[in-house]
Amino acid sequence: MVDRIADPWGPRTPYGPGERWPVRVDTFLADGHTEADVHRWVPSASILHSNGDAMDIAVVDDRIVGVRGRAGDRINHGRVDPKDLYGWQANHSPDRLRRPLVREGDRLVETDWDTAMGRIVARSKELLDGPGGWGHFGFYTSGQLFLEEYYTLGVIGKAGIGTPHMDGNTRLCTATAAAALKASFGTDGQPGSYTDVDHCDAIALWGHNVAETQTVLWMRMLDRRRGPNPPAMLAVDPRATPVAREADVHLALRNGTNQALLNGLLREVIHRGWYDEDYVEAHTLGFEKLCQVVEDYPVAKVADICDLKAADIERAAELLGRSERLLSTVLQGFYQSNQATAASCQVNNLHLIRGMLGRPGAGLYQMNGQPTAQNNRECGADGDLPGLRNWANEEHIAELARLWNVEVDKIPHWAPPTHAMQIFRYAEQGSIKLLWISATNPAVSLPDLARIRRILANPELFVVVQDLFLTETAELADVVLPAATWGEKTGTFTSVDRTVHISDKAVEPPGEARPDLDIFLDYARRMDFRDRDGKPLITWTGPEEVFEAWKECSRGRPCDYTAITYDKLRTGGVQWPCTDEHPDGTERLYTDGVFNTDPDYCESYGHDLATGAELLPGEYRAKQPGGRAFLHATPYQPSPEVPSDEFPLLLTTGRTVYQFHTRTKTGRATQLVHAAPESWVEVNPADADRLGVAEGDLLRIESPRGAVRARARICGVRPGVLFVPFHYGYWDAADGAAPGEGRHDRAANELTITAWDPVSKQPIFKVAAVRVVKEADSDGRPAPAPTVGGSAPPEGSGIPATVGGPAAEAPSRGE
Amino acid sequence: MHLAHYLGLLHKAQERLGDAFTEVGKAHAEEPDVFHTCEKLATQCRAHAEKLAPFARRYAEEAPAEPDRLHSELFAGTRTGPIGLLRDLQDLYLMAAECDICWTVVGQAAYGARDEDLLGVVKACEQETAMQLKWLRTRMKQAAPQALVVAE
Repeated sequence: MVDRIADPWGPRTPYGPGERWPVRVDTFLADGHTEADVHRWVPSASILHSNGDAMDIAVVDDRIVGVRGRAGDRINHGRVDPKDLYGWQANHSPDRLRRPLVREGDRLVETDWDTAMGRIVARSKELLDGPGGWGHFGFYTSGQLFLEEYYTLGVIGKAGIGTPHMDGNTRLCTATAAAALKASFGTDGQPGSYTDVDHCDAIALWGHNVAETQTVLWMRMLDRRRGPNPPAMLAVDPRATPVAREADVHLALRNGTNQALLNGLLREVIHRGWYDEDYVEAHTLGFEKLCQVVEDYPVAKVADICDLKAADIERAAELLGRSERLLSTVLQGFYQSNQATAASCQVNNLHLIRGMLGRPGAGLYQMNGQPTAQNNRECGADGDLPGLRNWANEEHIAELARLWNVEVDKIPHWAPPTHAMQIFRYAEQGSIKLLWISATNPAVSLPDLARIRRILANPELFVVVQDLFLTETAELADVVLPAATWGEKTGTFTSVDRTVHISDKAVEPPGEARPDLDIFLDYARRMDFRDRDGKPLITWTGPEEVFEAWKECSRGRPCDYTAITYDKLRTGGVQWPCTDEHPDGTERLYTDGVFNTDPDYCESYGHDLATGAELLPGEYRAKQPGGRAFLHATPYQPSPEVPSDEFPLLLTTGRTVYQFHTRTKTGRATQLVHAAPESWVEVNPADADRLGVAEGDLLRIESPRGAVRARARICGVRPGVLFVPFHYGYWDAADGAAPGEGRHDRAANELTITAWDPVSKQPIFKVAAVRVVKEADSDGRPAPAPTVGGSAPPEGSGIPATVGGPAAEAPSRGE
Repeated sequence: MHLAHYLGLLHKAQERLGDAFTEVGKAHAEEPDVFHTCEKLATQCRAHAEKLAPFARRYAEEAPAEPDRLHSELFAGTRTGPIGLLRDLQDLYLMAAECDICWTVVGQAAYGARDEDLLGVVKACEQETAMQLKWLRTRMKQAAPQALVVAE
């Protein structure tokens, strides 16, 4: 038995380069159940992070009792993340929404579906009436619904209402991954495969605390590190995360300086001749400009900007430059920081100039944080068009119009789809009058929460929230729709490395809760959206039919699903593109060094990475990319907010191994709640000394936007930087303060700045200027922070270890 | 040689554009991308003006009196609201366009004067001005439908 709270990564199964990662099947069954008494095992995969771990849902008497990893799946070989082992218990939570709610004055009251949908449809029809009616609608969705739901929502929004105001919380998570992939390679789509871990000889983690965000991917990396000929490891992160502690070289750089570091590293790689001249010549454009720009970043200057030791930067460059099979992964430390897209493109550049793409071990993951973020990007319920099409390419829009049988101009394509931060701005200004939020909780997850609460609470804005629980956002809604979740509905989703899984319905949802797909279809039916021949716009009625429709939409595009079927998925995950020519899917993209940059095929005509200015189609064509990838070069610029005399410290936010998002599910699973019950703030020992702060002291952290209170964990965050986990909102806050009333001093996003990357439009959560005041002594109690992960205290601190005890015991067995 | 007059014109235009970027950014600070980008571009404009200053001084020594009506006024303060934002960005666009064509004119003169140093400055700066125009166009394209058709 393994206590997977005390040891989130479980036992090691070491293996060597080129070998198959050994199977280790993790199981957790609650209530004294054993595998022998499980009635049914229903195929699914994780929706609590983006790794794509496949698992079976254990069902006894039409009730979920646990999960078991799928031994044969290409992603996890049986392993399960602790969030998934325990998180499913939230499905049974007594506070699940069971009936729709509508606002009566200042209260939400229970009602029936007809009344709730009737209100939404009445308001929608009123708003659609008249020129520009489309512009009153905003849809803000998630990275946790299924492909079928996104595609349906995308068609409703783009071909039914005709609005460009659709985005997902993928904007906070993975928008920069998409932007960087498009900018460098022509279209979205991960070049690499998770099997690259099995072959690589160096792993570079760029702002990616994979040990806590995707534990199973980390297990794979750790197993290589414990086996023969282990890969070297580089971590770039201002915190002493488990990744940083494991790495051979850790660069704890100053927040907001990623671009300077990458410019310096690329300069070293180029100067020392570690790049692949033939690959650069044959497969890339822009090398000369890149050399010019990075020339300004000698190691000494970079060391100064990033506050690093020059020798460490040189060691990192050598690790990267001398590797033969380099694997890189990039996540929020880059995506949610200053110059997000530019810095992420620099990682692409590193792989391009070293020819480290398209072969085993030479892999690149521009990661997702969320499990179905990839689907949102593919299906067009966020700021992308279905099938990774290019909004500025008229033929691409015409294809969609033919597919949906609507007029071309019904589909908004006069400008890029509106990003989330702009949708909220239009709502703030009053031109968006109906905001439909599904499966996400912006009242905790967006920056500058006081502003977001003000927008959502404005009586002029009609807010629809579709979720499992009465979240902080739902409490501000006009209509709340109870949704079914994972295990209660059928659909598919796609992991970071393009692996598609099916998640089948295992049990009935509680009360009158409905699958999100059914809710969208009900809306479409009631709105009576029609195609150009007067027939119903949406012809499908269930998930498999949507999947078939989506396959047609994906045909010939990079994310081609045409040879995937539900039946095939029930036997295991398949990587797109999967076509008649490649019926088993495609492990790696760009194996021939030919990229998706053809002007008729690419997803974007490109941006200036410093301002976000768009290039025109003619300018793009004039570059004659001919299948070559783009090397982008951008000078470093300081972050929009840097420390000042008034706010002398930097704040960064992020995730812990036990929680996901705003804890809608993980905050309702006992083992996970006990492991990380309350927010905290990480302080470096040197800062703590200077500020007179000891472990467990209550601090008040203030930024120009607001203040939060949290107890101090003295640990390995870099000097001058504070870290606060972003999960904690108010639904279970100790003082019972509800949104719109009482204290709001717990959520990290009270502090963060409304500012975003010019290309990906991803908010900058990693760099805010703050100051700190000590409010109370610890009374001898340590901070409620886990001793596992980035918040681990120094050795010998005497702080009791985080454990799960018997309630968290989960067996792991080998092959 | 009249080059000094055009250098002066461009120098002044860059300074005014920098000030206008700052002013427009502050006036529309509730559009954070406009605010932050305008700040960056204002700094860029001022750097352009600084790079031009020594050339303006040098050529001034050889210049006759400044001709009439050389300078024109393109910006007279900011506005508010979504349409105000569009109009303000449009003012910036026209001012940047003036700089853009001035760079071309001064660049041609630099060729004529065989002034490699000046040509180097022109080549570096005109690209940044071109990008400013592109950004302004991008931002206006994004804002126009909502401001002109949807907003009340």
